[in-house]
Amino acid sequence: MLNNREMIAFTEDRLAQAEEIIARYPEGRQKSALLPLLHLAQEQHGWVSAEVMDYIAGKLGIEPVEVYEVATFYTMFHLEPVGKHVIEYCRTGPCCAMGGEEVYDHLKERLGVSANQTTADGLFTLKEVECLAACGWGPCFQIREQFYMHLDNAKVDQIIDELSK
Amino acid sequence: MALKILTEHIDKPGIETFEVYRKHGGYAAVEKALKKMTPDEVVEEVKKSGVRGRGGAGFPMGMKWSFLAKPEGVPRYLVCNGDESEPGTFKDHFLMKTIPHLLIEGMIVSSYALGANKSFIYVRGELMYVIRILEKAIAEAKAAGFLGKNILGTGYDLELVVQPGGGAYICGEETALLESLEGKRGNPRNKPPFPAVKGLYECPTVVNNVESISNTPWIINNGGDAYAAIGIGRSTGTKLISASGHVKNPGVYEITLGVPVEEFIYSDEYLGGIRDGHYLKAVVAGGSSVPILPANLITKTANGEDRLMTYESLSDGGFATGTMLGSGGFIVMDETTCIVRNTWNFSRFYRHESCGQCSPCREGTGWMEKVLQRLEHGQGNERDIDLLVNVAKRIEGNTICPLGDAAAWPVASAIRHFRDEFEWHVRYPAEAARKGAVYMPENVLV
Repeated sequence: MLNNREMIAFTEDRLAQAEEIIARYPEGRQKSALLPLLHLAQEQHGWVSAEVMDYIAGKLGIEPVEVYEVATFYTMFHLEPVGKHVIEYCRTGPCCAMGGEEVYDHLKERLGVSANQTTADGLFTLKEVECLAACGWGPCFQIREQFYMHLDNAKVDQIIDELSK
Repeated sequence: MALKILTEHIDKPGIETFEVYRKHGGYAAVEKALKKMTPDEVVEEVKKSGVRGRGGAGFPMGMKWSFLAKPEGVPRYLVCNGDESEPGTFKDHFLMKTIPHLLIEGMIVSSYALGANKSFIYVRGELMYVIRILEKAIAEAKAAGFLGKNILGTGYDLELVVQPGGGAYICGEETALLESLEGKRGNPRNKPPFPAVKGLYECPTVVNNVESISNTPWIINNGGDAYAAIGIGRSTGTKLISASGHVKNPGVYEITLGVPVEEFIYSDEYLGGIRDGHYLKAVVAGGSSVPILPANLITKTANGEDRLMTYESLSDGGFATGTMLGSGGFIVMDETTCIVRNTWNFSRFYRHESCGQCSPCREGTGWMEKVLQRLEHGQGNERDIDLLVNVAKRIEGNTICPLGDAAAWPVASAIRHFRDEFEWHVRYPAEAARKGAVYMPENVLV
């Protein structure tokens, strides 16, 4: 059984990665590593807890509040636990022009949740995001680093089926 | 076939690798610049090219470079803006993922010109997969001796760092980007001082867009004069246009500046026209922030001249009858589009993305969203339309950064050109509230 502290810490691989990232910036400017480290932590835990933020503050030698104020400013960081797959659905104009609103309605119905909710089985969390810079390939959503583009209802069903296996 | 500066080799299999990119003439500009030119000579060629900032502002790149302060013993930085978040714009996303070495080659040439030894490429965090593509390409370039210490034996050192954002449109504003790069909230800075004097880590800094920097290898290889010979007047070179919406062929196009808008929309070489059975209603030509134009004003100026894809022609008529080239995010809307709904959508975007620092923007974007929401849902009244114009006017020009203007312009221009449609929403609330209902304003259709 891991104690809490070990669960918060970066895994060995990620610790090495974190150290490499911190070393990229000029002496005394290590705070620049904050966004990359938050991404790294989220990759490991799925979300970023206050304890994880405190841990990152320690790594960078900055005050915890300097991490909190940044993590709450940027929309990519999940500050509460999320499902296994976080679907980040683009709701901005160009995607809507391509039928994005109708596909979104279908997705919500299919999952049985609305924005910022997680399915009962814990598999999917639905989030609404603004423009993902994929306007000509819309409607689109993103799950972690993967873009799903040219969506229609059938394609959404197929993706959800695939990820539900 | 029009000249391609950025996308000539985009379809070559394996172009994302160093080997294939090099085989097609890649990194020749690094060899030429570092071995045969002084940094000032590189700056001079970019000045001569007349290339303008491709992120949206259109400021001459060479001039921006020439403002860079060069105090003794203080490092200088080049930061590439790959935060691309302007709705309708996806050209940098496309360029970086498809031909990453072009940007890296441009970063080396540009960093050399500016005397930077550590340069950053800031990419929006949602594009983590693109960041990994860039990092792989950087490792390849380094292994081949084009990055790191003593590049090609010339004594010039350069390190490139790719930095992820965290999901914030505002970080596309250059001083917000620098704040973000320093590990802070993306609140834009007051100017002056400008980044050229006090930028990243309080050192002189140039921030340039991905596409802008990607033009520099061609400029070095072929000369600034050759670049300036392409295009029309002060709109030199080529421009990537991200086309989306109701067209047959959405996607990224490299056009020679000066192509008529009508040809761009309807020719098979470009967008192939409006989707079958529909016709053009409106275009947002340069990303969601620029004024929307109805069909009759996007293809012709108010004087009846052909509108061209140039900075000058698109802005002909000012905001009364013109718009801007902006980032080249070309959003096409056919007659099924409800302008009120689309304007509400955009205003929600700006409310969501306002950093909250300046009251006019923080409060005003929220008000505009609320008023537009009630208009769209048949709950508005006649005074709401003027209220929107009033709020937009009070935001514009009253904020630290241009996000306030960017939020105000789409609303003001939609009312300017589609007032009938807003009034219809007030007069026929039940119909306006019906899902998918669209007013057909005869007077603005061609």
